[in-house]
Amino acid sequence: MKEADFRDNETLELYKQSGGNILVTTLDAVIDWGRSNSLWPLTFATSCCAIEMMAAAAPRHDFSRFGMEVYRASPRQADMIVVAGTIVNKMAPVLKRLYDQMSDPKYVIAMGACAVSGGPFFYNSYHVVRGVDHIIPVDVYIPGCPVRPEALLYGVMQLQRKIKLESLTNPRKTENLK
Amino acid sequence: MKEDINPPVRNIEEEYHINIGPQHPSTHGVLRLVASLKGETVTSLKPHCGYIHRGIEKMCEKDTYPQVIHLTDRMDYLSAHINNHVVCLLVEKALEVDVPERVQYIRTIMDELTRIASHQLWWGCFGMDMGGQTCLLYGMRDREKILDAFEESCGSRLLHSYYTPGGLMKDIHPNFQKKVKDFIKYFRKKIHDYDCILTGNVIMQERTKGVGILTKEEAIDYGVTGPTGRASGFSCDVRKRYPYGVYDRVGFKEILGTKGDTFERYMMRMLEMRESMNIIEQLIDNIPAGDYTAKMKAVLKLPAGEYYQRVESARGELGVYVVSDGNKSPYRMKFRSPNFSNLSALDHICRGFKIADLIAISGSLDFVIPDIDR
Repeated sequence: MKEADFRDNETLELYKQSGGNILVTTLDAVIDWGRSNSLWPLTFATSCCAIEMMAAAAPRHDFSRFGMEVYRASPRQADMIVVAGTIVNKMAPVLKRLYDQMSDPKYVIAMGACAVSGGPFFYNSYHVVRGVDHIIPVDVYIPGCPVRPEALLYGVMQLQRKIKLESLTNPRKTENLK
Repeated sequence: MKEDINPPVRNIEEEYHINIGPQHPSTHGVLRLVASLKGETVTSLKPHCGYIHRGIEKMCEKDTYPQVIHLTDRMDYLSAHINNHVVCLLVEKALEVDVPERVQYIRTIMDELTRIASHQLWWGCFGMDMGGQTCLLYGMRDREKILDAFEESCGSRLLHSYYTPGGLMKDIHPNFQKKVKDFIKYFRKKIHDYDCILTGNVIMQERTKGVGILTKEEAIDYGVTGPTGRASGFSCDVRKRYPYGVYDRVGFKEILGTKGDTFERYMMRMLEMRESMNIIEQLIDNIPAGDYTAKMKAVLKLPAGEYYQRVESARGELGVYVVSDGNKSPYRMKFRSPNFSNLSALDHICRGFKIADLIAISGSLDFVIPDIDR
């Protein structure tokens, strides 16, 4: 992908405050660099998108290049949750609990149409949460049914951009962006 | 007064419960298992379903038959083609449509490729459950080759919705046959690696041989089908017994086991991959020319009545039962999913084995959870 295409969301960088103490900004740069390049996802997947998430971790697409190959089974060790698949009403409290158990800073990627909006199960289904953002705050939405591994990589790179805007003086800046 | 400084000795005979899932890496999805343990031994196991119940059967009642196909993909996403096939066959049977020969050949090849892809992924996950991360990487690497062939012809990697009632969405890509032949040549070598890395591994054999035994009678009682049922010696291959597509025209063996333990279930799938390659090799050069779809009406209305159709998915017998009242959408659509029946046997298989064996056993049953809950 060309650099110009990747930077298509120009408004994101406008939120980066210029100026500030040199100590703070230097620390910011280091911390954001570290955080954005070692995103450990939680092993959490409910349906079809899980397979594409595994494919993204597999040799062809290999997202350990972006520092996120270390899948953690415990939410306490994870930085990021990729909601891959449909969330139904019975699963919703479990997901909320998993999110609450993760330690700050924590990020959420809604992967696939089901997590974004309910997807194919939006109409006529009595048991599907229509979008995971009803339960937990989402940082990046990736559409697709199922999402291609390349699209997941793109989403992760957008999240890394977003993390790089964080500052010690305004730590939950990503939250304010939404 | 003398205080009792020693804590009361815990009665080790006491039963306690462990909750596995719904978020647990080795349940392969959002299955929740409540295991009752005595020490480390499983005394009973209670699966809880519904964590991914999306109401697909109810949604089918609102959809037309071609729309239903797109929902069936999302049930057992690892055998998407086969799920589409069962609905197409049912509609074709009810409307008494003659499907072109070419379509039947292509469908059979696609089904078998799906089966191989599904078993490759299963092999990787099973290896990972046993503690070998390399297996996952090998399995996924080879699976991508099949997905490439799918992507060219069907336009999608995982959920294709390639079959329509009466035929296919589109004809196969000119490269398809070459790609499939290349894959088979490649995979014949690679499957040997699979055997070297995992099948012959002593640790793996020790952990699986004689563990989780399901006898033939029990397999029949629980309705366990597919490689799991065949490992117990239950001859249940729908491709042999109720042939569809062109399975009656190809020569292939129904692979049957005898012991019904975890290792046998593992071997069933390894041998089935080879058998699937044999089937594809017989068909790939002989795809007849012709139309890729039969002439169908714009709106499909099934005559009032009840219909049942079954196919062999990668996990067992997949059946679909439809009650039609003559409208363009079914009155009731019920899926007999193989995973649901296989899950019912899990409690029985696990009893008396250690909790660590539970992971190997549930791995060898190859669950896809959305297929259980639908």
